[in-house]
Amino acid sequence: MTDSKYFTTTKKGEIFELKAELNSDKKEKKKEAVKKVIASMTVGKDVSALFPDVVNCMQTDNLELKKLVYLYLMNYAKSQPDMAIMAVNTFVKDCEDLNPLIRALAVRTMGCIRVDKITEYLCEPLRKCLKDEDPYVRKTAAVCVAKLHDINAQLVEDQGFLDTLKDLISDSNPMVVANAVAALSEIAESHPNSNLLDLNPQTINKLLTALNECTEWGQIFILDCLASYLPRDDRESQSICERVTPRLSHANSAVVLSAVKVLMKFMEMLPKDLDYYGTLLKKLAPPLVTLLSAEPELQYVALRNINLIVQKRPEILKHEMKVFFVKYNDPIYVKLEKLDIMIRLASQANIAQVLAELKEYATEVDVDFVRKAVRAIGRCAIKVEQSAERCVSTLLDLIQTKVNYVVQEAIVVIKDIFRKYPNKYESVIATLCENLDSLDEPEARAAMIWIVGEYAERIDNADELLESFLEGFHDESTQVQLQLLTAIVKLFLKKPTETQELVQQVLSLATQDSDNPDLRDRGYIYWRLLSTDPVAAKEVVLAEKPLISEETDLIEPTLLEELICHIGTLASVYHKPPSAFVEGSRGVQHKRLPPRAGSGESTESPDVGQSGPSEAPPAVIPSQGDLLGDLLNLDLAPPTATVPSVQPSMQMGAMDLLGGGLDSLMGDESDTMGAGLGAAPAAMPASLGSAPAVGGGLGDLFDLGGGVGMPTGSYVAPKTVWLLAMKAKGLEISGTFARRGGIIQMDLSLTNKAMSVMTDFAIQFNRNSFGLAPAGPLQVLTPLSPNQTIDVSLPLSTSGPVMKMEPLNNLQVAVKNNIDVFYFSCQYPLSLLFVEDGKMDRQVFLATWKDIPNDNEAQFQIKDIHLNSDVASNKLQGSNIFTIAKRTVEGQDMLYQSVKLTNGIWVLAEMRIQTGNPNYTVNGNKET
Amino acid sequence: MIGGLFIYNHKGEVLISRVYRDDIGRNAVDAFRVNVIHARQQVRSPVTNIARTSFFHVKRSNIWLAAVTKQNVNAAMVFEFLYKMCDVMTAYFGKISEENIKNNFVLIYELLDEILDFGYPQNSETGALKTFITQQGIKGQHQTKEEQSQITSQVTGQIGWRREGIKYRRNELFLDVLESVNLLMSPQGQVLSAHVSGRVVMKSYLSGMPECKFGMNDKIVIDKQGKGGTTDEPGKSELGGSGKQSIAIDDCTFHQCVRLSKFDSERSISFIPPDGEYELMRYRTTKDIILPFRVIPLVREVGRTKLEVKVVIKSNFKPSLLAQKIEVRIPTPLNTSGVQVICMKGKAKYKASENAIVWKIKRMAGMKESQISAEIELLPTNDKKKWARPPISMKFQVPFAPSGLKVRYLKVFESKLNYSDHDVIKWVRYIGRSGIYETRC
Repeated sequence: MTDSKYFTTTKKGEIFELKAELNSDKKEKKKEAVKKVIASMTVGKDVSALFPDVVNCMQTDNLELKKLVYLYLMNYAKSQPDMAIMAVNTFVKDCEDLNPLIRALAVRTMGCIRVDKITEYLCEPLRKCLKDEDPYVRKTAAVCVAKLHDINAQLVEDQGFLDTLKDLISDSNPMVVANAVAALSEIAESHPNSNLLDLNPQTINKLLTALNECTEWGQIFILDCLASYLPRDDRESQSICERVTPRLSHANSAVVLSAVKVLMKFMEMLPKDLDYYGTLLKKLAPPLVTLLSAEPELQYVALRNINLIVQKRPEILKHEMKVFFVKYNDPIYVKLEKLDIMIRLASQANIAQVLAELKEYATEVDVDFVRKAVRAIGRCAIKVEQSAERCVSTLLDLIQTKVNYVVQEAIVVIKDIFRKYPNKYESVIATLCENLDSLDEPEARAAMIWIVGEYAERIDNADELLESFLEGFHDESTQVQLQLLTAIVKLFLKKPTETQELVQQVLSLATQDSDNPDLRDRGYIYWRLLSTDPVAAKEVVLAEKPLISEETDLIEPTLLEELICHIGTLASVYHKPPSAFVEGSRGVQHKRLPPRAGSGESTESPDVGQSGPSEAPPAVIPSQGDLLGDLLNLDLAPPTATVPSVQPSMQMGAMDLLGGGLDSLMGDESDTMGAGLGAAPAAMPASLGSAPAVGGGLGDLFDLGGGVGMPTGSYVAPKTVWLLAMKAKGLEISGTFARRGGIIQMDLSLTNKAMSVMTDFAIQFNRNSFGLAPAGPLQVLTPLSPNQTIDVSLPLSTSGPVMKMEPLNNLQVAVKNNIDVFYFSCQYPLSLLFVEDGKMDRQVFLATWKDIPNDNEAQFQIKDIHLNSDVASNKLQGSNIFTIAKRTVEGQDMLYQSVKLTNGIWVLAEMRIQTGNPNYTVNGNKET
Repeated sequence: MIGGLFIYNHKGEVLISRVYRDDIGRNAVDAFRVNVIHARQQVRSPVTNIARTSFFHVKRSNIWLAAVTKQNVNAAMVFEFLYKMCDVMTAYFGKISEENIKNNFVLIYELLDEILDFGYPQNSETGALKTFITQQGIKGQHQTKEEQSQITSQVTGQIGWRREGIKYRRNELFLDVLESVNLLMSPQGQVLSAHVSGRVVMKSYLSGMPECKFGMNDKIVIDKQGKGGTTDEPGKSELGGSGKQSIAIDDCTFHQCVRLSKFDSERSISFIPPDGEYELMRYRTTKDIILPFRVIPLVREVGRTKLEVKVVIKSNFKPSLLAQKIEVRIPTPLNTSGVQVICMKGKAKYKASENAIVWKIKRMAGMKESQISAEIELLPTNDKKKWARPPISMKFQVPFAPSGLKVRYLKVFESKLNYSDHDVIKWVRYIGRSGIYETRC
């Protein structure tokens, strides 16, 4: 009997025919009809119209037919909730059936019918099934609790199903235990603090016992659950490890990986001088290697995980380089991952073999793979100093092949090698220069130009080479333009006599003919430097560069720790925390490794130095920063790509200020400030607590401006977190802005959440709309030790470089410490910029109001402010919004106000306040 | 957990669609088709994230199986499940093809309902499944209560892979040691990497619930027993793998029937086997591998339009043994216009569609040598890129285990029934096959 015929019915009137067949008296015909319905459903046809007819077939003792009807029900019940009720009786009856298979089928299906009304009827049968004598029914019921929880979490709690589920962890049947663990783990994920699993040594013992007996899938559930347990001490940790290690020999790769996860995590707690620690390390390598003989998809998952494991504990696989050699027939995704791991494992001992392999790969077909192989050769040179020379010669061989993309990739990595080993390999420059014409990718062109500029004194025709690039200056990408500008300036500083014309040319191209603000700014800086103080220019532009290091491509330690806790899962495949790709509350918890062992015996354990955080941090320069780094040899500007371009015309800029500026002041700001309000309602007087976020910008000023009639200063928002520790190698920064006594201040709290001391703090702002810049250095006098917080107030000036930001009040900040440079952006309240002498003379106000064109005018409503005009006026004055005049017209108070911004822009406003009406109307006018 | 499971044909038409979670909608079916099946370029990853939904896929001939989720699931588990799903389907209706899937779609839905509940994989051992899901409709309605509870206890039980009450008139078992030997050799004959991945496949036709114990010449066990003798003795001195006392196993994994904790503590392999055919263990060795063949390539470029290739193969095992199904594949450049081949033994052909010369030899005894030479004419091209010279690959089958593994015993104990270890008829067979056996040229 073949069923494929059901897929072929496509004629019209089909639904009608099916209806007739479904209502047929003959059992066989009915069954045939339901099969047809299911086939249609599969291919995506809407057969929901047949709902009542299909449900009618449910009352049958034919199990196959019943299963088909259930399948249909699960698909369509949601669209026909009222009809679905019809099915309830059958379910309840089936849950009492003598046959355990039927009882289980009923409870399994009921959970999949996501109709609120039905869930209530489900509770009683489910309660019975959870205590069923047959394990098959119990294991199905356990999963059903998770299903029900997904539909109605409250109901599950109210009915006490969670407790019953917990009891099932002690069930005599291992599969019941496994399913209960799976269900509880999932439910616990959506209640991060519920302590639902309540793991303690007794339950752990039960789980470990069940682990030996249940199915391969059950073992995975249990191991994944074990991984979330935190053992009390190293002895418990060791005894769990001992009982988990046998799983490493399981045929199922997922069991192996989950066991590896548990071991990697619990190992943290074992003292490193323990014999068992060494034994465990040795036991981990073989199963990881075995994973590489699995099917390619699993190999891929394994390789992504090994990539993490190798970063966390390089010692495990350091002798296993060969197994990561790429096979000719490996799928491309396996090849690329293997390559990554090869670089991570490269060391002085195996570098010869690795290089021979990489050279082989560089001749393969897949372009991505070849590029990565070439790049890998460069990374080897940077990682293993002894091999640098061989790497360079290998790269030169590759350049000789003249394969376009190989040459370009080689030049990009050679640039990095130059930066790592200055004054060593410059003899190859001549060879590189021969390939100048074939470079068509911006990255390669930029790299080549950098090389020519950096070594201009050794290249006889450097000026000609650079000049040749200059011809098509405007067609180049920004990256190349910036590099060309810097290179020519370097050349000029080295050979001033012959290249004056060239430098003039490039400076004018950059400053006058370009629309790109970065390029213009850099051009101006060079120009001024060169014209005012050539000696200083030399010092700045030709200063010694910090060395490049291999650490750039490592995963940041806190993220790595989190990912280790997610071994085997999607997070470890994507190398992203679950919160980055999972919606909703699930996966938002950040998992952490248990605290390191050994703090008791000797704080100066020799391994601590090797294991990362406390290691003397190498000077890391993000590759993207290289270009900007050249400019000042210190990379404190955010990546260029994020900087929006600016309108060249000043007039336009001014217009934007009104639109955007006032918007931000009155409207947009409500987003930021309103959020602050919501977060700290307790800070507001109760009577004013009703001011909604819509009132935003001005609302805040009204509420918190201090006592009535006593302007004490402007509103200061509570501190918010600007930089997460996770993103900044352990440095957390929160802060806010304030204007105190005419001085703008940035209040910062720096917290060290890493394990090593932080020193050498510095701060810098990117150009911004109002030229905010630090007025002094960031005063962090004492080193910041782990878990310490320091509050700093940084005075700001408004004399910095100006560039319009989006949103207008956006501020991009770079903070440096001894570990790295970090970037974040924050938004300041516009009221920060209102100066104290913003009170306009009445006559001037009148004249100016009339003179401002209508285009510069905007109107807003501020809602729900329960203040009278005088109180409002007083409060606003606290924030330097001055009332010039007041008028009462037809029961409405009209306030005329002026504000002056730090950059000399005046904003005039007319505020209409109707007594008793909490809504204010503001007419804003702006003049430059 | 798994939110949904879809099966597509090569055109991207859905054959099976089963949704387990509410967060997976019908649009997920289309998203995968559009972004993966219909995507022009090669698939760059078996895991794809489309609009915060993750798709895992495997392909069997031209059928796509995709598992979908929105959560942070155990990725290894999902792939293992997909493979298992393929195994189960194959066990039920043979090859996974569009026709077979359409013919059995009701059965597949039934299986999916059983082996995946709310996205959690459940017992997926075919032995157990076949007791209550059959192709002739479902059993279970006309069974006695005992039969029913026997089914459920088996599905959920500790020994989920074997049912009680199996009876054979003749108790018999077959052991196949199947090895694939992998090699990557440099043109100069240096072994870049070599390993054997082996499997022990067992077919058991035993009555009752027999307790089995399997022993092999594992170095750790032999050394422990003190019978190992001189294990340093080079394995190559006696070819054919017959003489080696013990072998070092890098790692091994076992079917879930094997008691892993016992293996971990005592290194003994004990188990109650499933009925019929299954894979008892997999292992990997890297030391003292007997490489059955050596390939010696010689490629000479004569000008820009001609290549001369000479390949010698040498067999390296006992002269009394015969290798079979030998195939040497010599890649040729894409711009090949013609090939002349001369070989001493077997048949050689240039296959333009595969860009290779394929040389086949039916049988070859140990310690022999054979040679092929070819002249390859090339079309002149202005393609700057050099020919990548893929490695020369080889296929063969030999009647011994290249790792040197030997089965020492397989003891069967069944205390309740009256047959003993001696009554069981046992068969052991060794087959060595080429895995990826490549020599660069």
